[in-house]
Amino acid sequence: MKTLKFIGYLLTLPVILLLWWWVATSGEPNFFVPTPAKLAETFVNTWISERLFTDVLPSVTRLALGVLAAIVLGIALGLAVGLNRTLRALTEPVFEFFRALPPPVLVPVLMLLVGINDGMKIAVIISGCIWPVLLNTIEGVRSIDPVQNETSRSYGISGFNQIRYQILPAATPTIMAGVRQCLSIGLILMVISEMFASSSGLGFSIVQFQRSFAVPEMWSGIVVLGLIGVALSFIFQWCERRVLRWYHGLKEVEHAV
Amino acid sequence: MKKKARGIPTWVLGVIGIIVFLGLWELTPVVGLVKAQYLPPASEVLLTLANDLGLTAFWVAVGQTMLAWFLGLAIAAVSGLVLGLVIGMSPFLRRFTNSTIEFLRPIPSVALIPIAVLLFGMKLESSLLLIVFACFWQVLIQVLYGVADVDNVAMQTARSYGFSYLQRVRDVVFPTLLPYLMTGIRLGASVALILAITAELLIGTPGLGKEIVLAQSGGAIAGMYALILAAGFLGVAINGVTRLVQKRVLSWHASVRGEVIV
Repeated sequence: MKTLKFIGYLLTLPVILLLWWWVATSGEPNFFVPTPAKLAETFVNTWISERLFTDVLPSVTRLALGVLAAIVLGIALGLAVGLNRTLRALTEPVFEFFRALPPPVLVPVLMLLVGINDGMKIAVIISGCIWPVLLNTIEGVRSIDPVQNETSRSYGISGFNQIRYQILPAATPTIMAGVRQCLSIGLILMVISEMFASSSGLGFSIVQFQRSFAVPEMWSGIVVLGLIGVALSFIFQWCERRVLRWYHGLKEVEHAV
Repeated sequence: MKKKARGIPTWVLGVIGIIVFLGLWELTPVVGLVKAQYLPPASEVLLTLANDLGLTAFWVAVGQTMLAWFLGLAIAAVSGLVLGLVIGMSPFLRRFTNSTIEFLRPIPSVALIPIAVLLFGMKLESSLLLIVFACFWQVLIQVLYGVADVDNVAMQTARSYGFSYLQRVRDVVFPTLLPYLMTGIRLGASVALILAITAELLIGTPGLGKEIVLAQSGGAIAGMYALILAAGFLGVAINGVTRLVQKRVLSWHASVRGEVIV
């Protein structure tokens, strides 16, 4: 009974929306909106084919490489800057500017500096995604409880061990918030860099479909992007639950008190 | 070295940091690390920007970007707030819509670019479609969190005193909700700028982004960098203003809560 109720809540609204879409489009054909059946058919024909390997996989690989590099670089730089008060004060205004700079404007810049290739697209993703991770790491390191640092010092924990076992864990909740922002920016930049200058990839294909008025194909491409977005958010939530299990547990205990 | 650094106030170090950054930028093309035609020296770009500040066309572009930003954010904030309240106040609706919201929310709004082009072309509405779609979820999710955070006892007290639905929303839910709403709007404000610029870059709706593309394709590289700097300053200004507004609202809120708890 309980699972039935759960499934009911899970599926009722999506089913209603699908039915509404089906009824609304099944009358006279609408140029802009395909019927659900037509879209599903186009989706399978368009994407479950060699396109999966020529367009989707390269895009997703670039996204993964860019985002991972941004996270690693952001955390490493953030630790270096966050642990040094002078460095922090020196870099803060410049970093704040780069965080506030809307990342899409970097696409034309990197087109000039790097040229139009895979490296440029990955560079765009890294240069847009690194700021939330970097600044959140700095903030996370800065706001560590001083008692923790002093405890580490009095136990003689320093250097790598202190970073690995005290500073990184204490900063992780803040870092994860940055990683979440970094993922959505990365997805945007992946699409934009391909729409701007490319002859392959998801973003390019979707614009190509739109320019040739292949409307059902265009919608199916949007569905692919949506699925990637949903998949990313699930992966992130799974990682966050694993990495921050201790943190959520701690919060629960604190709330219970 | 460290002792000396303590004596220097933070803002001086910040200014030094900016000067060092500009100096490095100035040197990079001079030394020949990057061709000057791809990355003009900082002085040239700053001069171009200063020149831009005197041009009407520049301010028109800024105004167009800000108009799309403001309208998009306002529509998203109002609709997110109203829908969030209606959904959040009813446990049934919350569970009923949960799966749909969680599925629609991660869809990147840039995926809607082709639809915007087909429906509206190079008009303001294209920008608005992207901005509203992106910001709406930010606001809605925060409002839902906020409504869920409302104290149960306060809610039941209000109910037993015969508060109407609207009174409950105004006097019980809204005060708890306000900091969450402000967070949503602050997040939405920077996302809205990103998408306003994106729409201008890719679709060609009028504004700063379109000017950047025009400058790039016209070979006015210093002009392009100047406009990019301008977009960055716009972002800094938006961050500053929203942070200020949020701080005001939150300080009022925190002080009130503080008194109640003590």
